[in-house]
Amino acid sequence: MKRIGKSTFFIVFALIILFSVSSVFGLDYQYGDNISTWIKGVDDIRLGIDIQGGVDVTFKPSDDYDATDDQLDAATEVIKTRLTSLGINDNEVYSDTKSDRIIVRFPWQAGETDFDPEEAVKELGETAELTFRIGTDTETDPDDEDSVIPSGEIVLNGEDITSATAGSQLNDSGEYEYVVQLTLNDSGTEKFAEATTELAGTDTAISIWMDNTLISAPTVNSAITDGEAIISGSFETYDDAKSLADKISSGALPFKMETSSFKTISPTMGEGSLNAIVLAGIIAFICIAIYMIVLYRLPGAVAVIALIGQIAGSLAVVSGWFGFQNGSTLTIPGIAGIILSVGMGVDANIITGERLKEELRAGKSLDSAVKTAYKKAFSAIFDGNITNVIVAIVLMGAFGVPTSFFSKILNNTIFFAFGATTEGVVYSFGYTLLAGVIFNFIMGVFAARLMVTSLSKFKCFRNRKLYGGDVK
Amino acid sequence: MSNNKTQNKIAQPVMPKKVYDFCGKRRMIVITTAVVIVAAILGLLIRGVNVAIEFKGGTVITYDYSGEMDTSKAESVVKEITGTSVSVRTGENIESNGTQITVSFTSEDGLTADRQTEVTDALQEAFPDSSIVLSESNDVSPTTGKEFFLKCIVAVIFAAVLIIIYIALRFRKIGGWAAGLCSVLALIHDLVVAFASSVIFGFEFNSNMVAVILTILGYSINNTIVIYDRIRENRQLMPKASMNEVINLGCSQSLRRSVRTSITTIGAMLIVTVVVLISGYDSLLSFSVPLLFGLLSGLYSSLFVAPVTWSWWIEKRAAKAEKSKDKK
Repeated sequence: MKRIGKSTFFIVFALIILFSVSSVFGLDYQYGDNISTWIKGVDDIRLGIDIQGGVDVTFKPSDDYDATDDQLDAATEVIKTRLTSLGINDNEVYSDTKSDRIIVRFPWQAGETDFDPEEAVKELGETAELTFRIGTDTETDPDDEDSVIPSGEIVLNGEDITSATAGSQLNDSGEYEYVVQLTLNDSGTEKFAEATTELAGTDTAISIWMDNTLISAPTVNSAITDGEAIISGSFETYDDAKSLADKISSGALPFKMETSSFKTISPTMGEGSLNAIVLAGIIAFICIAIYMIVLYRLPGAVAVIALIGQIAGSLAVVSGWFGFQNGSTLTIPGIAGIILSVGMGVDANIITGERLKEELRAGKSLDSAVKTAYKKAFSAIFDGNITNVIVAIVLMGAFGVPTSFFSKILNNTIFFAFGATTEGVVYSFGYTLLAGVIFNFIMGVFAARLMVTSLSKFKCFRNRKLYGGDVK
Repeated sequence: MSNNKTQNKIAQPVMPKKVYDFCGKRRMIVITTAVVIVAAILGLLIRGVNVAIEFKGGTVITYDYSGEMDTSKAESVVKEITGTSVSVRTGENIESNGTQITVSFTSEDGLTADRQTEVTDALQEAFPDSSIVLSESNDVSPTTGKEFFLKCIVAVIFAAVLIIIYIALRFRKIGGWAAGLCSVLALIHDLVVAFASSVIFGFEFNSNMVAVILTILGYSINNTIVIYDRIRENRQLMPKASMNEVINLGCSQSLRRSVRTSITTIGAMLIVTVVVLISGYDSLLSFSVPLLFGLLSGLYSSLFVAPVTWSWWIEKRAAKAEKSKDKK
């Protein structure tokens, strides 16, 4: 270690305060209506659905269908598109190829009051395969006696369509009605022209189906060769038409899906418990601060500064303060991880504080006591924290997003028998714990040592009593 | 980091005011630990474990409603749809001070969103004046729940094995494997206490409990390691002393630190518990209360269970070595 001078304390202290203030308040720059965030603060933290409320749903292929990896990827993409068209932009979608599951999570959207989660989830899992068929014939599903499936010859399906938009047109009785306008691609145009030529003027209708639901069955007056088709007749509102257009645009799922777990949490419940935790945290922190200062005086006061830095560090990692990582969702176990790491930070400072007292009582000079105390305390702090790193990494690997680094290693070895259950709740604990331990080293060990050593150079802080030593 | 504290060649360990005879209290410690474990097992047997649906699979749906609610009627309405036994209980929404019913049942293959809508519709139809609105729902298929549970257990065991290996390496000069195993023994002690307290207070085994287990996993091992570290240091400073002397000294030196750290962590959990009780967010109690007991147990087990079983182990091994020497 280089020589630590008097100025070191002020530099470290200023850096910690600067870091803490910026990680709590962030830095926004408002220009007109555009707010650009330079540094992310506490307000930018993404809250998990256990705090904010929201929907957590796991889909799996129904009827034990064995989906290929490509199909699963396709299905994931389709679900993402559907979420966007439902207006749910803040979402997480993961697929797990091992257990053929797709996990979707989204918090309640801001300002949403009449959102129906059941309906939304149902829409997400629908196959949504659009077919144009000749005639309206149906037959009983050979796999399921209770349901009826269309049996007419397929003219077009979703792949023949380039775009679908909702609109309105005048109907036969002179009123406006809502419609979905389809633009077909080349092969679609050709097939549609062929079929409409054949059916023009006959009584046989062309039926339009969404999965097993008949949407409309118009008869054909004349051949349609321009690649435009219109679905009309069954939309009461513009939203109905738009919803169908969106489903067609986002494409069909390659297989039918059902939910294997489905969780909704009301938005108010979580927020109240967050407030309770924050309140408890603030009270607990104030108590710990008083306790540390009373017990250890000067090193105790330094420990409090270091702890503020450590908590700011945990918040910064969660909010994405650092440009190089994206931040994470904060859940209740994530808060437990922060609590544990703060506990470890307090412990590190107590171990050092006790050591310092011991060394002073053994008759060492102040400078050498400070030096030895930090040196000796470090090995205990190091081992204790490393074991927590082990715990954090195992949890992040076992319950992380399938593509993450630790998850790739562990899920292919130790947890080979399990699907990559992205149980975000446990992952979040590992994440905040790991971050907390790293900041414990930076703040509780390194920064605290710099500050105490630097302060001990001041004449006014040479009194051994300030460090818990005996009066000499 | 080095174990060879060469600078301490001539140094003497700093003696605390009093060195307590931790190792001599072996019988007392064995009895206390046995009592704790027996009490925990009795508690488990009497109260039974109430596993949350996120592990055993099933469905819990909570609705807000107003006016009167006939729970047995609600039960039969839902039963008609699910075909399995249904339990309905009423409660209070602390946020809005409104009333709530919670419908829970297990079904073979989980509930699909479709069927949930069906249940909601049927209830709304049966109680048209109660303005039933979905508040929360949680639906897990039994296989998913079981898998999550198993994976948690494997993760905890795997982490414990890694910790034993780590301790064995770091403390290899003073019998690392025994030290590692004994630290895990203390960990198990703390986990049993936390788990039993959760059962005795009637909390269900849910993901809060997983967070408690994980927190104790980190905390308990840390507690033990801090003491081991002191023992390791003393061993080097006092090469001629017996292992029991070294352990007693280490525990005595760490006593203040252990108590003071525990005061902060236990105090913090007490504050959480009190705030939660006052604000009414009971769902967090199943986190703070078992953790509180786990922390208390950690204070005891790190000072007594781990070092003392460790000293006992070393003594046994030494006696064995002597015996085989005698035979030769």
